Amino acid sequence: MAIKCKAKMKDGMVEVKALMKHEMETGLRKDSKTGEPIPAHHITEVTCMHDGNELFRCNMGPAISKNPYLSFTVSGPNVGDTLQLSYVDNMGETDSGEAVVK
Amino acid sequence: MKRREFNFRLAGITGLGVGITSGLIPVSALASWPTAAFDTETPEDAANALFGESEMIETDAITFKAPDIAENGRVVPVNINVGLDSIEEIALMVPENPAPLVSTFVMSNQSNVSVGTRIKMGKTSPLVAVVKADGKVYTATSKEIKVTIGGCGG
Repeated sequence: MAIKCKAKMKDGMVEVKALMKHEMETGLRKDSKTGEPIPAHHITEVTCMHDGNELFRCNMGPAISKNPYLSFTVSGPNVGDTLQLSYVDNMGETDSGEAVVK
Repeated sequence: MKRREFNFRLAGITGLGVGITSGLIPVSALASWPTAAFDTETPEDAANALFGESEMIETDAITFKAPDIAENGRVVPVNINVGLDSIEEIALMVPENPAPLVSTFVMSNQSNVSVGTRIKMGKTSPLVAVVKADGKVYTATSKEIKVTIGGCGG
């Protein structure tokens, strides 16, 4: 269940693409059988670390689609550097992944 | 038998470890997650909660890439390109959603950033981006995205 991610050098900037597996429940939906509201369960933060520093962070609300996709460009890392991605959700569950800049 | 006992104990120990870490993480996570901004009901309130009550400068340096018609409001691919210097934070909002703030992207002094993700849209709406760069707050609104099936449940 690791985060799938890729990082590629493009025109002097690193382009990171990540795919996570998560339900991303908004808390607005109701169970079709019982009519009980389904509690919100979504990723709150995705962090990208480089060399022990936070390079990029995405604060996610429940309006991000199920199995979130995230892409971003940053400058700083060089080819061959490793980026660590991790997420935490509103119930404290976490997951992580790594990508080497190509 | 001994081996079984050992496995059982090991499972117990790891289970305990997971319990402790998952108990600690939310505290640190929620410290920086802007709860107040995600709870607001208008884009203006969300922007004020994030960046304070400051003047927003309309700019065409922020461009959007999104479909004209989203057949499924549960998955709408969007891409924002911000052609500014010293970007600190980008906030993405859908004014017509129950809670307009979708996500914020935080970075330190980046230039010409592009971010992309897939979002849920309740009904037809434009996108609004609010960007903090070089101590100033910039904003831009995209064209309207037509949503045929909403994706916010309810």
